[in-house]
Amino acid sequence: MNEQVLWFAARSSGMVSLLLLTATILLGILGPLRVGSANWPRFALAGLHRNISLLTVVLLVVHAVTIALDDYVPITFADAVVPFVSQYQPFWLGLGAISFDLILALIVTSLLRPRINLRLWRSIHWLAYVSWPIALAHGIGVGTDATGPLGLIIAGLCVAAVVLAVILRIIKRDRPPIDFAPPKPAPATKPVGAARPAPEPVRRPGEFSTRTR
Amino acid sequence: MASIPQAEAGQFLRVNPITCVARGMCAELLPEQVKLDEWGYPILKGDPLPPHLVAHARRAVAECPTLALRADPTPRG
Ligand code: HEM
Ligand code: SF4
Repeated sequence: MNEQVLWFAARSSGMVSLLLLTATILLGILGPLRVGSANWPRFALAGLHRNISLLTVVLLVVHAVTIALDDYVPITFADAVVPFVSQYQPFWLGLGAISFDLILALIVTSLLRPRINLRLWRSIHWLAYVSWPIALAHGIGVGTDATGPLGLIIAGLCVAAVVLAVILRIIKRDRPPIDFAPPKPAPATKPVGAARPAPEPVRRPGEFSTRTR
Repeated sequence: MASIPQAEAGQFLRVNPITCVARGMCAELLPEQVKLDEWGYPILKGDPLPPHLVAHARRAVAECPTLALRADPTPRG
């Protein structure tokens, strides 16, 4: 077997991890942006967000394992999770380890979400916005391909997509739609549930009368 | 508010109107019991959960972005 196989695997899985992490962030932001349609219901986009984030971790594990097994550079398994202790490029590898730890925390708290305090989940989930630029900096700082033409194009597209999404996220903050769309008669779009009609009569609980927003 | 209990057959769905952000995922996942008003807030059918909808109800409860949807043993008083 070509002894460079591990090396190539580490580089390509790193690049794919960046793409998947970027896709995860973009899909995550679609939630608060209220993106969704009859063909792309919100629960499907949320499921894609979760599943692609899990795929990201798989690729990150491949990335860390292959680089640790490759003995051309003295990088260990511990370097994947403990920041700044590596013999090789401790700063840039440390950024990778921090980002990986943050992503693991995001995943674990999200899978336990119905079981833990929602505020705790929310505050940890904000770290997504920290993990991404750190991961990007790690890739640019230590990567072999990241500063080549293809790497720069990929990084540039990822930055552009995330910056745009974050700007939209800041402009369109997560308020109830009533703040943006004054009440108007029944929306033109068919509700997604139309295929499974809900039996009448539907009761409107008094709880809603407390809503003043 | 630690762990939310799992929805069971015969229980009643409730929405916390303060935390609900009108994302409408519950109506997508459980149209049999949840409709949306014109602002996107859920309108619940007041019936107890039939057994065949329990799995859908659990998913709707778990997917709500703010965990505003719950199942409760007693109907709204
Ligand atoms: C690599 C790991 C992950 C990253 C980087 C990530 C990133 C994000 C981002 C950027 C947002 C938007 C937050 C906001 O601005 O309000 C978000 C929202 C969200 N994420 Fe994740 N996420 C990850 C994993 C997960 C997992 C595993 C789940 C599991 C269920 C999950 C569930 C959610 C939910 C429910 C929202 C809220 C969406 C909404 O408000 O409608 N995330 N995520
Ligand atoms: S999914 Fe949750 S936040 Fe969205 S409408 Fe239903 S109860 Fe409200």
